[in-house]
Amino acid sequence: MTAQANLSSDKKSPPAILEWMKENLFTPWYNAVITVALAALIFVVLRALFRWALYEAKWEVVLVNLRLFAVGPYPEEAFWRIWVALGLVGALAGLSWGAWGGRNWAPSVVAGVLGAIVLVLPASPNVKWPLIGVLAAFILTHVASMGRSRLQRPLVWGWVLSFFVILVLLKGLGGSQVLADVPTSKWGGLLLTVLLALIAIVASFPLGVLLALGRRSELPVVKLFSILYIETVRGVPLVTVLWASAIILPLFFPKGVRVDNLIRAMVGMTLFSAAYLAENVRGGLQGVPRGQYEAAYALGLNYYQAMRHIILPQALRAVIPAIVGQFIGLFKDTTLVAIVGLLELLGIALSVIAQPEFIGLQREVFIFIAAIYWVFTYAMSYSSRRLEARLGVGTR
Amino acid sequence: MTIQEAAAVTDVQRADVGDYIIILEKVRKRFGDFEALRGITLRVKRQEVVVIIGPSGSGKSTLVRCINHLEKHDAGRIVVDGIELTRDIRNIEAIRREVGMVFQQFNLFPHMTVLDNVTLAPRLVRKWPREKAERIAMELLERVGIADQAHKYPGQLSGGQQQRVAIARALAMQPKIMLFDEPTSALDPEMIKEVLDVMRELARSGMTMLVVTHEMGFAREVADRIVFMDAGLIVEEGTPEHFFTNPQHERTKLFLSQILHH
Ligand SMILES: Nc1ncnc2c1ncn2[C@@H]1O[C@H](COP(=O)(O)OP(=O)(O)OP(=O)(O)O)[C@@H](O)[C@H]1O
Ligand SMILES: [Mg+2]
Repeated sequence: MTAQANLSSDKKSPPAILEWMKENLFTPWYNAVITVALAALIFVVLRALFRWALYEAKWEVVLVNLRLFAVGPYPEEAFWRIWVALGLVGALAGLSWGAWGGRNWAPSVVAGVLGAIVLVLPASPNVKWPLIGVLAAFILTHVASMGRSRLQRPLVWGWVLSFFVILVLLKGLGGSQVLADVPTSKWGGLLLTVLLALIAIVASFPLGVLLALGRRSELPVVKLFSILYIETVRGVPLVTVLWASAIILPLFFPKGVRVDNLIRAMVGMTLFSAAYLAENVRGGLQGVPRGQYEAAYALGLNYYQAMRHIILPQALRAVIPAIVGQFIGLFKDTTLVAIVGLLELLGIALSVIAQPEFIGLQREVFIFIAAIYWVFTYAMSYSSRRLEARLGVGTR
Repeated sequence: MTIQEAAAVTDVQRADVGDYIIILEKVRKRFGDFEALRGITLRVKRQEVVVIIGPSGSGKSTLVRCINHLEKHDAGRIVVDGIELTRDIRNIEAIRREVGMVFQQFNLFPHMTVLDNVTLAPRLVRKWPREKAERIAMELLERVGIADQAHKYPGQLSGGQQQRVAIARALAMQPKIMLFDEPTSALDPEMIKEVLDVMRELARSGMTMLVVTHEMGFAREVADRIVFMDAGLIVEEGTPEHFFTNPQHERTKLFLSQILHH
């Protein structure tokens, strides 16, 4: 690899960029035509977009409703809990970056720069200082843990634990004074979007793995159930699953018990995602050679040990891109819960533009939330590529 | 022996089999309509080295794989170190703990370092603490001559080195029996010797070994007994001396002449 790279850079080093452009953008004449045409198109589109964004767009609609977009109708007196949750995530992220990322100052520097920007921004102190606190938590933990790979295992458990801690924080405990209960109907905006996606991802992952193993099981009943489940769910659109979970789920509970709308949606999304995940994981399982099973069993490992230590690590590694792609789809599919009456990011957007004073400002609102979705999905695919590169060690 | 091991061993019934550590009686195995083993009877004594030879498709691999239940035999009896191989998963696992296996394709775990490959099973199955497992693993890697590669991944090693890791991995479970299924057939010629040397040393150390191989030099030098198989049956067995100087059956003579004058 490196030898080859050196060789080629030696060959054509002098005016690198011009040389590269000539070779790659203009070499056969039709390539030059395509390059010029596309460049012109991009220029025209971008110019129109920037003109509109800078001179015509009325961004007040976004600024005024920023809080709604962020958390929906979540009660203000409980905002501190969201900040504590973010601080926890910030600290865990800092530790993780330190534990896995080696001695690399870049993440802390970036967080510091962000902090400085937040500091000079004319934001309300209620947002400014907590935000700086979250960034500080990240920087402190990152610097403290840089290069300590021994933290990796406890951190995995830390993340799992934090998931439940955060849920309790946000939902509160019935009857508690400090953590008063916040009904889920008060969850909304980006907060709800992220929670929905996160819960569906976390819950559907083990379920999907089990279904994938079930589909390859030698026990006929397990196998049949898995196939039936996977094929049924995959044959039905998510919207239908959401409706079905809103209508069917109450049948399993005694009369009078009302199943929370949000929980229905979460169950629906989890069950839906699990079926697709199962198929992805199955693809990975099929790619693990038979000899790996045989070697594991010949050493005396039982089924669980063989799966846990030999088969699944290889199978999952092979399908990380597919799984992340699916999770990105799931993140965007959270918009569908607007249909069952939940106010996630899109639901909030729709309710904002329905207000008389914001009529005619759909464009601003939709572009804004599109940008948010883009940032999140791009972050997901970026981390997946990082993860792949890291796990690639030793596979060949 | 740790307490867990003792417990694991005592929950299966052991027959008194005297000197015979492997007993096969009229073992049959079919794949669909095709009968790969048609009644194999074979007894192996402790510390004996038995080499199995025979043409392709004669059932050598199937025979060896039945012993640790990678294939399930359809009829007949298999008793390993007094433990009868039944459908009971406890018996199967008890036998697998005592039988190490080395495959033609190595089958190392590509996502683990060499050291982790070797320590995994002792830690999970024998419940050894990491330090003990690693100490013994390093001794074994030393013994097969690749201690300096312990922290590499299998994909970074040559075929001969990988196969030696595979042998160390099997030995780490401290098995009483080692099965080899054509351990040198996937290797370049210059690497065959390094693997055979390890096997030779192992045989000398008193390990019970069942070896499927086409390496006649190795068979002649190391085997206590050679078994010739054809079409799912044992055609002839005897000492190397008997085999290479005075084979009885036409089929054996033909096979030997083909393989020796190749
Ligand atoms: N899983 C299987 N399904 C169907 N047939 C099989 C299976 N495994 C082996 N066989 C058949 O059983 C016969 C014996 O196979 P086996 O692998 O034991 O032969 P072998 O003596 O080891 O041959 P080789 O020297 O080529 O390795 C062959 O005809 C083979 O095609
Ligand atoms: Mg074979």
